[in-house]
Amino acid sequence: MDKPVVTRKALVLGLGLVLLLALPPIALAMDEGFFISLFSRILIYALAAVSLDLILGYAGMASLGHGAFLGVGAYVVGILAFHLSDGSPLPFLPGAWAGTASALIAWTAAILVSALFALVIGALSQRTSGVYFIMITLAFAQMLYFFFISLSTYGGQDGVNLEQRNTFPLLDLGDDTSFYYVCLGLLLGFVFLCKRLVNSRFGMVMRGCKQNETRMRALGFATYRYKLMCFVIAGAGAGLAGALAANQSEFVSPGLMHWTRSGEIMIMVILGGMGTLFGPILGAAALLLMEDVLASYTEHWMIILGPVLIFVVLFARRGIYGFLAGPGGRDG
Amino acid sequence: MRRRLACAGAAVFLLVMTFYLFLEQTLNAFQLGVMLFLMAAGLTLVFGIMNMINLAHGSFYMIGAYVSAYVGHATGSFFIGFLVALPVAALVGMAVEIIALRKLYNRDHLDQVLATFGLILFFNELTAIIWGPQAIFVPIPELFAGSVEIIPGVPYPVYRLVIILMGLAVALALRSLIVSTRTGMLIRAGASNREMVSALGVDIDRLYTIVFGLGALLAGLAGALAGPILATEIGMGENILILTFVVIIVGGIGSVRGALVGALLVGLVDTYGRAFLPTVLRSLIEEPSVADGLGASISSMSIYILMAVVLIFRPRGLFQAYG
Repeated sequence: MDKPVVTRKALVLGLGLVLLLALPPIALAMDEGFFISLFSRILIYALAAVSLDLILGYAGMASLGHGAFLGVGAYVVGILAFHLSDGSPLPFLPGAWAGTASALIAWTAAILVSALFALVIGALSQRTSGVYFIMITLAFAQMLYFFFISLSTYGGQDGVNLEQRNTFPLLDLGDDTSFYYVCLGLLLGFVFLCKRLVNSRFGMVMRGCKQNETRMRALGFATYRYKLMCFVIAGAGAGLAGALAANQSEFVSPGLMHWTRSGEIMIMVILGGMGTLFGPILGAAALLLMEDVLASYTEHWMIILGPVLIFVVLFARRGIYGFLAGPGGRDG
Repeated sequence: MRRRLACAGAAVFLLVMTFYLFLEQTLNAFQLGVMLFLMAAGLTLVFGIMNMINLAHGSFYMIGAYVSAYVGHATGSFFIGFLVALPVAALVGMAVEIIALRKLYNRDHLDQVLATFGLILFFNELTAIIWGPQAIFVPIPELFAGSVEIIPGVPYPVYRLVIILMGLAVALALRSLIVSTRTGMLIRAGASNREMVSALGVDIDRLYTIVFGLGALLAGLAGALAGPILATEIGMGENILILTFVVIIVGGIGSVRGALVGALLVGLVDTYGRAFLPTVLRSLIEEPSVADGLGASISSMSIYILMAVVLIFRPRGLFQAYG
């Protein structure tokens, strides 16, 4: 049988991309500018969810502490902005470094710092596996959560307010439409990177680890290093999402690291379709839209969302993306 | 000479005071520990036997607390509320098992996490709809109000002592249930090899439902006991759930003995951390506000540090399950 010219997967992806690209003008034409910021939030959580899926769906590491990296990335942006307006030098660094509002510097710093945290947490957590891995990542996330609560300089439990969004060359991030396209660009860039990654030799080793780590080790791969590297890349991605989230809400708080947030990101991945790169994006959109729509009908929207989640687990095992794109939907 | 005596007297006085404080905090630690044990025993059995991560275990605790508070308030008797709460929690647990969770035993842990997270959302909202979003405060029953002197000069609330004794009694009862009854034998067998148990012709579905109901009953018991000392509110289940997971991971999944040791350990580390760390830090750091903030955060982190350290050195917890 001939392969159809347009596969179901290509159709779904193409439509999705067109929709995302066309959203701001449509929203503005409908005079519903609120949609732009809602979808910016969706894109940011999609970025975090894709990064979690990299370790969850491809390397088989179920981390319930991914919110930690989101929070670290957000706090890097928040702390840099705080010291810029305060005029005081940055803490934890030798010499007197001033804060900054430049997106290029702040976001790069967010990526690097969260990658560093992921390196340490990953190196220790890799000693365990399965359920114990879920729990040790949760433990580290909770440690960071309480650590940031204790930082009274940065507002403790209440967090830090940003005076304005970061500055970006040639663009005004304070404008919701520009910010939306920056988020979209970064998300697409990250997905592209991940796609190259999972189809590379590195990605093959990771997926081999998910299926049978003992065999991979017997084949002579240093699986510890591969999995750690993967964990660091995922942490860096979540850190970037955190930096964007800080800009989107112009506010940073320890709530970003609470375990329920990590749980939500994990739900986005599973809801959308684990082990696919586009699934988590759909999952993020579905969860956040569902929250938004249900919340407009009833204050008790969670009583509907809860059973929906159970239903998805029981009857729609391949997630939304698997449902839309059909059996050929897997990436690589 | 007299001066030296005075110094010695002061030192002895300080030492005695420290000892009293220490004793009081140790009892507090035990009280937290037995509450955690009541939660952990059910969770670790469900985990060990059905291989099921049940995030909704905290919901049974919340249901126990709310039903006990509501019925206790309506009838004017704490004890009636208490006695009604236990079967209600057990029945809700068994119903949830039969309707939804039974289908998840052979699924991936992630599916279980997602589905039971959905259950948490459902139960939290249901509670908010039935009893409203405000926290409920339950008075301590008159019979156990006030305090006794455990040793002369050290008063301690009677109710907390009752909780400790109750927890220890449940631990003993659970031990004899598991060691010397037929159901207990099946539970042990299920924990070490559930395929074999079902191959031997045991009605494994019924065993699972019983174990689940037992776990929910213990969680409901913990919730009903917690009512008078903590606020009965939405989300109370999640707070203790995370602590409970720390307990069973530290103790080793599937081991009731591990749950007891883990619960007491977590209780001690958490209570001592909160009670003594700020004082210790204040003597080390000059700025009092910094020391207080740091002390508060390190003591909140202490149990997670405990868990991480245990897992780094013993990746499968302190105790292995039976077999």
